[in-house]
Amino acid sequence: MSARRTAGGGRIDRTRSVRFHFDGKAYTGFAGDTLASALLACGLTLLGRSFKYHRPRGLVSAGFDEPNALVTILRGDVREANIPATMIEIHDGLVAESQNRFPSLDYDLGAINQLAGPLFSAGFYYKTFMGPAIGPLKGTRLWMLCEPFIRRAAGLGRAGYATDRVRYERMNAFCDVLVVGAGPAGLMAAKTAAAKGARVILAETDPVLGGSANWSNETIDGEDASQWAARTAEALAETDNVRLLPRTTVWGYYDGNTLAALERVADHKRVPENGEPRHRHWTIRARHVVLATGALERPIVFPGNDRPGVMLASAAARYAGEFGVLPGARVAIFTNNDSAYAAARALQRQGAAISAIIDTRPNVSETAAGLANEADAEVLTAHAVVATKGGRSLSGLLARTFDYQTGRFGEAVREIQADCLVVSGGWSPVIHLASQAGTAPIWDDALQAFLPPEPTQKWTGAGAFLGHFSTAEALADGHAAGQAAAGGAKARKPALPKVESLPVDPTPAPVYEVASPDGKGGKAFVDFQNDVTADDVRLAHREGFLSVEHLKRYTTLGMATDQGKTSNIPGLAIMAEARGISIPEAGTTRFRPPFTPVSLGALAAERYGELKPDRLSPMHDWHVENGATMYSAGLWYRPQIYGKAGETVEQAYVREAAAVRRSVGIVDVSTLGKIAVQGPDAAAFLDRVYTNMFSTLPVGKARYGLMLREDGLALDDGTTWRLGENDFLMTTTTANAGNVMQHLEYFLDIVWPDLKVTLTSVTDEWAGAAVAGPKSRDVLAACVSGTALDNETLPFMGIVHGEIAGVAVMICRLSFSGERAYEVYCRAGFGRHVWETLIEAGKPFDIVPYGLEALGALRIEKGHVTGAEIDGRTTARDLYLDWMLSKKKPFIGSMMMDREGLVSEERARLVGLVSLDNQPLGGGAHIVEHNDPHAIRDSIGHVTAVCYSPALGKYIALALVRRGKARHGSRAYISDPLRRRFGPVEIVSHHFFDPEGSRMHG
Amino acid sequence: MLINCPYCGPRDLSEFTYRGDANRTRPADTSTDQAAWNAYVYERVNTAGDHPEYWQHSGGCRSHILVMRSTLTHEIASVSLARGQKKASARRQQKKRPARRRQEDRT
Repeated sequence: MSARRTAGGGRIDRTRSVRFHFDGKAYTGFAGDTLASALLACGLTLLGRSFKYHRPRGLVSAGFDEPNALVTILRGDVREANIPATMIEIHDGLVAESQNRFPSLDYDLGAINQLAGPLFSAGFYYKTFMGPAIGPLKGTRLWMLCEPFIRRAAGLGRAGYATDRVRYERMNAFCDVLVVGAGPAGLMAAKTAAAKGARVILAETDPVLGGSANWSNETIDGEDASQWAARTAEALAETDNVRLLPRTTVWGYYDGNTLAALERVADHKRVPENGEPRHRHWTIRARHVVLATGALERPIVFPGNDRPGVMLASAAARYAGEFGVLPGARVAIFTNNDSAYAAARALQRQGAAISAIIDTRPNVSETAAGLANEADAEVLTAHAVVATKGGRSLSGLLARTFDYQTGRFGEAVREIQADCLVVSGGWSPVIHLASQAGTAPIWDDALQAFLPPEPTQKWTGAGAFLGHFSTAEALADGHAAGQAAAGGAKARKPALPKVESLPVDPTPAPVYEVASPDGKGGKAFVDFQNDVTADDVRLAHREGFLSVEHLKRYTTLGMATDQGKTSNIPGLAIMAEARGISIPEAGTTRFRPPFTPVSLGALAAERYGELKPDRLSPMHDWHVENGATMYSAGLWYRPQIYGKAGETVEQAYVREAAAVRRSVGIVDVSTLGKIAVQGPDAAAFLDRVYTNMFSTLPVGKARYGLMLREDGLALDDGTTWRLGENDFLMTTTTANAGNVMQHLEYFLDIVWPDLKVTLTSVTDEWAGAAVAGPKSRDVLAACVSGTALDNETLPFMGIVHGEIAGVAVMICRLSFSGERAYEVYCRAGFGRHVWETLIEAGKPFDIVPYGLEALGALRIEKGHVTGAEIDGRTTARDLYLDWMLSKKKPFIGSMMMDREGLVSEERARLVGLVSLDNQPLGGGAHIVEHNDPHAIRDSIGHVTAVCYSPALGKYIALALVRRGKARHGSRAYISDPLRRRFGPVEIVSHHFFDPEGSRMHG
Repeated sequence: MLINCPYCGPRDLSEFTYRGDANRTRPADTSTDQAAWNAYVYERVNTAGDHPEYWQHSGGCRSHILVMRSTLTHEIASVSLARGQKKASARRQQKKRPARRRQEDRT
C-alpha cells in the first residue's frame, strides 16, 4: 500500500486490487478508484502538460470540472482523447496515456514555449496569422508556412484513425419526474416523488449515488451520511417506478422538457457484457424535472496557482474521504470562506499535517477557529498566497499580509512548507441546465454566485443548486421538490432525516484574484485548460474586448473542453474589476449544451454507414442482369449505360442514342414522380398550379405543363394525362416528386381548401417504359392488342388503353427524345414482364435499351430542359417557355413573374453551345467572352448539361447565358479552371436537332 | 419539441416540416395588387412572442396544421388543422396590421 493511502474508509474496495497502465508503466489501484485517485495514491502529481506553455500540471478537482489531468484512453488502436482522469474508473487492462508532451511528461521539449510566454498572450492566433503588418515580410505568405508547426505545439490529445467497432445505442424514455443529481437533495427528491407513485428517473454522473454524502463526514439519521445514501439508493433501486441511472450525465435541456443524457454503460469494464453498448444516449421527456446538480468550488487566482499540488479544497477532501488518498502529507489551506476549514479538519483526521490556513479575511468565525484548532493548524488571517515554490510539484509557498478590501499588501511575508495547497474561492451552483432551459442567471451578492433563473420550463431546484449549501437544507429542498414534481396533495409535516454536520458557512469574501504585489511569483492562471492568465484578461480589456462574449473569444477563456467550469466566474470578476463595474454588470455567458463532452458514437448510435433506402424500379433486376451500370439518382437507382465489353461510357451512350435516332430504343421511366389528381375540381386545380390550361384538355390526351413558385420562378415541369373527366395523372421530374407533392398539398390544404380534389402519390404503383425511335410503332404493333396505334387513334399526346402479353397497359404518345415515342405504363408488379415482352417484340428492329446518359444526350440535342436548367433561379422566359404562360387565367406565380428583374433582357437564358475545338465541354464550366485562359473573370453564364451528340457529330452543351438568343451565332469560350479546360464555343439555338419536331409528330 | 397533431396525437418535431408563416394572407387569385403580392411573398412581421405558423405532418398523416408557437420560449399554445382556418387567420391578420405600422414608425 502506498504512503498516500489513508488507513481506511472511502468507497474503494481495498480487498480488490486493479492493474492498469499509464504512459506505458504498470500501476495498481483499488476497485472503486478513478484513474486520478489511483495515480495520486501511487505518488504521481504531474498528470498533464498545459495547452500553450506546456507547463507541468496536476489535479485541480476530483470530478467533471477537472481542467488539467486530461488523458487519452487506448482501446486497442482506438484512441479517445481529452478524458479527465477524474472521470475514468480504473479496471484491469485500462491503458491511458498523458497528452501534449514530447517525449514524456517529465521531460517535455514543448516547455520551451514558456520562455516565449509574452508571445502567446491573448489574441495570439489573431495577431499571428494576420502575418507581419510591416517590414520586409509584409504581405508575404511566409508566415503561413510556420502555422502548422505552431498549431502542433499547442493542443490536447491526438485523435486516432482506427474505426471504433464498439456498439453505441440510443434510448427514448418518458417519466413523470427526472431527478438530475443524486446527492442528498436528489436522493430525497427521488424518494419523495417515488413514494407518491410518480415514475421517476434518477440520473447521476458518478458511479456511486450519494454525491457529497460520500465524503462529507456528516451523519444523517444517526448513521454515516454515505451509509444513509447507499441505503436510500438501494431502496430506490428496489422500487418498481424508479429507474436509477448511475454514470449518466444529463447534458442538455431542450424545449418541451426534453433532456439529453449520456450513460457510460461499460467504460468501467474491460469489455462490455454481451449485448451491452459502451455508451447509451438518452432522450428523456419528463413531465417535471428536479435539478439537484449541486455546486462547484471555485479556485482563487494567484501567482503560481497552477503548480502541481495546488487543488481545490473540496477535491482534497473528496480524495481523502471518498477514495482514501491523501493529496499531500503537509497541507496548506488558502481560502476566503469557512468551508475549507471543514476540509482542513477532514484532511488532518485522515493523517495529513496542516501547515497553515491562509485566510484573506481579517476575522474568522468561532466555528472556523474551532475547526482550525481541532486540525492543529495555524491560521493566518488577512493573508494571501503570493507565490508557490517547487518544480514539477509543490514544495512551499509565500504568504503575505493582505487587505482584500483595498487589494493592498503588507510587508510581512511568511514562507510555508507544504507539498499540497488546497484552495477555496467560494462555491458556484451548477446552473448550466437551468440556463439552457431558461433565461439569464441572477447574481447573489451575499453568496457571491450566480443563482438559477426563474424556470421557464417545468423544473424545480433543490439543494446547493439553489445556493442552499447545507445538507439539512438539501434534504428539505429535495423533499419539497419531490412533492412539487410528483404533484398532488402536500404532506403536512414532512419527517425529514436528522443531519449532524459542521455549521460552516460557505459564504465567501469577494476575493477572486490575488495579483502579484511586485510582478514576481509567476503567472496567475484563470483558465487552466486553455492557459489563460489574469494578465490575458486585462490585456483583452486594454485592447477593447470588454464584453464577456468578446473576452471569451479573444482569450479563449472558458472555451476548452471543460467549458470554463472552474474559470468562468474568476474571469468575469477580473474583467469586472478592470472595468470598474460589478460582476452582474459585466454579465455572464449563457450556457449551451452539452454540459460535459458527449461521445460522437453515442450521438450517432446505430445511425452510421449507408442508411438511405434504395428505391428500385420494377425492372431493376433486368437492368443489372443485362449489363447496366447503375447510377444513383436521389434514392433511385437508374441504368446509366448498358455498356458492352471494352466500351467507354461515351462510346456506350453514343451507340445507344444513335440507335434511338436510327431505329428504336427503350428506356425505363418508372422513376418519374406520379401523382393522381382526382376530384370534381381537379381540372380547376391544375389550371391554378400550372402556367398553362388543363381544363381544356380532352379526356384521353396529355399535355406538357410547367409550374412556377409563388415568387414567379420555375418549379417543375412534366406531362399530365387526363384519364377521365375528374381523373388526372401528373408526372414530375424524378428528383422533384416529393417537393411537388408537398407544394400541391400546401395549396389544397391552406390556400384553396374549398377545392374538391384529392392527391395520391402513385409513383410506385406504375412501371413505365418509353419506346422511342422511328421503329417504335412497329415494336408496339408487334405486341399490343386491344387498340389501334395509327396516327388517327394515337396522335402525338394521345392516350390509349390496351394489353401487352395479357397485361393491361396505358400508352401515351409523348417524346423526350424528339423521336416518335410511346410511354407504356402498367401495374408495377408486371413491369418486368411487359418490359421483356417489348424487348422481344423489338428484336427484329434491333431494339436497344438505353440509360440516363443516352437519355440526356437525346434531350440535349432537342433542347429539352430538366432540373439542371430549372434550378430555382430561372424563369419560364429564361427557358424560352413563354408560350406556356397563359394570359387567360391567374396561376401560382402569375402576378410575381413579371417583376422588373425577372423580365430583364440581361438575364441568363437558355442557349446551346457547340465545341469548336472538338473537345468535350464540362458541366458547370463558366462562359467568358475573352480569349484568355488565365483571366478568370467576366463570366456571362454557365454550362448546365453536356454530351457528345451523335446526330451532329460534335460536343455540345446547354447553357444559361446572359442575353440568351441575342448571342446566337457568336463565339465565346468556356472557362473551367478546376478541370483545366479552356476552349472556344459557338453559341447557338438550344434546339440543335429537328427544331420543327417533324420526327416526333410524324 | 412535441407537436400535438390533431389526427395523430403528440409527435416528435422530426416528423414535421415547417411550411411557413401563417401571419399573412394570400391575395385573391385574381388580385392584381402588386404591393399585396410582394407583401405576401416577402414581408414577415418577425414576431417576438406567439407566432402562428403552418407545419405539415409530413412523416405522418400529411395534414397541414396551424401551430401557435412562442418564438421566445418555443412553447406551443395551440394546434389545429389548417383547413378551414383561412377566415380566422385573415381576421387575426387584420388585427395585427396596426401594430406593425407602429413598429415601422419607430424605425
